[in-house]
Amino acid sequence: MINDLITALGAEFVQLSLTPILIGVLAAIACALPGNFLLLRRQALIGDAISHVVLPGIVAAFLVTGTISAIPMMLGAGAAAIVAVVMIEVVKRLGRVEPGAAMGLVFTTLFAAGVLLLEMTDTSSVHIDVQHALLGNLESLIWFDAEGWSSLLDPQALATLPPQLPRLAIVLVGIMLFIGLFWKELKISTFDAAFAGAIGIRTGILGFALVVCTAIAAVAAFDAVGSIIVIAMFVCPPASARLMTNQLGRQVAWSVLFATISAILGYVFAGYGPGWFGSPYAVSAAGMIATISGIIMLLTCLFGPQRKRTGQQAEA
Amino acid sequence: MSFVDYFISALFLQAGYNSALVAVGAGLLGLSAGSAGAFIFLRKRALVSDAISHATLPGVGLAFMIMVAFGSDGRWLPGLIIGSAISSAIGLILVEWITRKTRLTEDAAIGAVLSVFFGFGIVLLTIIQTMSSGRQAGLENFLLGATAGMLISEATTIAIAGALAAGFVFLLRRPMTLVAFDPEYAATTGVNVRNIDLAMMGLALIVTVIGLKIVGLILIVALLIIPPVTARLWTNQVGKMIGISALVGGVSGYIGAVLSAAEASIPTGPIIVLVAFGFFMISALFSPLRGALASALRHHKFQRRVHRRQGLLALARREPIYDGLTLRILRRSGMIRRDGVATLRGRAASEKASRDEARWAVARRILPDDSAIERYDGLTPIEQMMTSDQIAEIDRMIAEQNGAKA
Repeated sequence: MINDLITALGAEFVQLSLTPILIGVLAAIACALPGNFLLLRRQALIGDAISHVVLPGIVAAFLVTGTISAIPMMLGAGAAAIVAVVMIEVVKRLGRVEPGAAMGLVFTTLFAAGVLLLEMTDTSSVHIDVQHALLGNLESLIWFDAEGWSSLLDPQALATLPPQLPRLAIVLVGIMLFIGLFWKELKISTFDAAFAGAIGIRTGILGFALVVCTAIAAVAAFDAVGSIIVIAMFVCPPASARLMTNQLGRQVAWSVLFATISAILGYVFAGYGPGWFGSPYAVSAAGMIATISGIIMLLTCLFGPQRKRTGQQAEA
Repeated sequence: MSFVDYFISALFLQAGYNSALVAVGAGLLGLSAGSAGAFIFLRKRALVSDAISHATLPGVGLAFMIMVAFGSDGRWLPGLIIGSAISSAIGLILVEWITRKTRLTEDAAIGAVLSVFFGFGIVLLTIIQTMSSGRQAGLENFLLGATAGMLISEATTIAIAGALAAGFVFLLRRPMTLVAFDPEYAATTGVNVRNIDLAMMGLALIVTVIGLKIVGLILIVALLIIPPVTARLWTNQVGKMIGISALVGGVSGYIGAVLSAAEASIPTGPIIVLVAFGFFMISALFSPLRGALASALRHHKFQRRVHRRQGLLALARREPIYDGLTLRILRRSGMIRRDGVATLRGRAASEKASRDEARWAVARRILPDDSAIERYDGLTPIEQMMTSDQIAEIDRMIAEQNGAKA
């Protein structure tokens, strides 16, 4: 096993595992950051809804443009997310139903439409299917031209990095900027929307911006890692972090840490874990990352210092 | 045979025993999903069933592996159903446990359970794919449902289980209604709210596991949500709502399965969901109770009544009217002439309106607690809201007042 680790960190590691791990970490953090605010606003399931509606958006973009290049796909997915948010609002008002039911109605319908479109059109020439949408293809995002750690300084090799990596990095920077710039406003409007409105914060626009931010994170991460990780990372790391501390700043920091641990451990266990049991095959990295985040959350539910509701005495 | 011919023959169960059985099975599944979903919707816990349905996947995988380990081929449907039921029950218990024992809210618990269980299930599926017996297992079909190549024994299992679930809903309908509307009151009448809640979710679980094969675990939640939301657009009564919800679910399941049998490239789960959504759209537009069209008509009618009333009061006070809509409405109903002068009818109506206003003013003073005053919307004629004795009394007081002034 020690030998495994040594070879694992060599040139082969850079070529096969470095970029998927980095992409996994970036995607996990990009989803966990807005997830903190969604969790506190009791909108945790918006991430779930958005990651479902990304599929019809991507399929529609493919049907319109006929290609699977990144920009139209992301635009299509973003448009679908906005359509979904508007539809949820319309169903809520029209049917006067609770938000949960409206959300469930809209995202299952859009997902069903996406699957149907996909099955009815001939997409056999391109790599786009439901399986991919759910699981992503983290394992395949390898860095062909890397020859070892030195490639990190070689501009020619760097140019052949999987495009998902720089894309996710840009998205992550954008999300960090949004949260950093509007930290005070987000914090106040999350904890006391009425007060935020009274001191002149445009809570409606801010809430919408947060949803857009969530959609961008979901779409960027979705392309690389599939929708399971997206949902898991929106919910699990922030939820675990919430059980660790009472301060928003620390909660965000914990969530980033948990997201990073989940992504790294999940990828390593999925890629190398079966080998330790003598199996030559790897298991789904996306599934494993979600599983690890769940185990972390279970641990914090059992032992997190702030797991109880405040004002509620421990049951005798 | 063309698609339409086949669709029509399948619709009337003439397209072969197997597809007929699948269609009936899907119909019964939709029926039980619609009726069980109605209670979950009224209890405002629609998305808990999303966690339940995603949590079935690890159970399917583990059951398959266990059955293979014991030497069977692993695809025995009842075995897979039992496995999925156990794992989704664990998921459900975790959602309850997280919500009760920690400060996290139910939506976070739902999101966490559904994504983690689903992720773990996918890990198991990738392991199964590497097993020699797993390559043709077709377990991915449980994600989105597939009725093509379904065995008759499987269709029968689903049809019987769907009918049983619908019967179960029928038996528990009274306590479930009580708990859905007023859990505190239900508790005081001796209903065990926690158990009924569990039974409700247990029903969702049963629907989910028997729906795995037809609709698939990602979309089965739609059959629990869309029919009740649709039914809610048509009625304000629980009994009717459950009936309509079951009907919408049943018909969607049936038509969807028939469509998918008629055209093999149409996956069963998504088409059932889209048929259900079609019913929702039609209802949202045309339902007389809450449909968009009926609401728009009601709004329009109300707007006209307000304009007419305000116009008449303005006439009575001899104030000029500038609003175009008001003028149009008064002119069309013959209250004013083209030049804006009140007709005889208009003068009579405006005097009546202004007299009624005076009557209400007195009524508010002498009968401040009368229910008619609270219900008065400013438009309904006073004769419809008060007895003639009351009106006579009010008129007498007005006359006294006027006498005192003179």
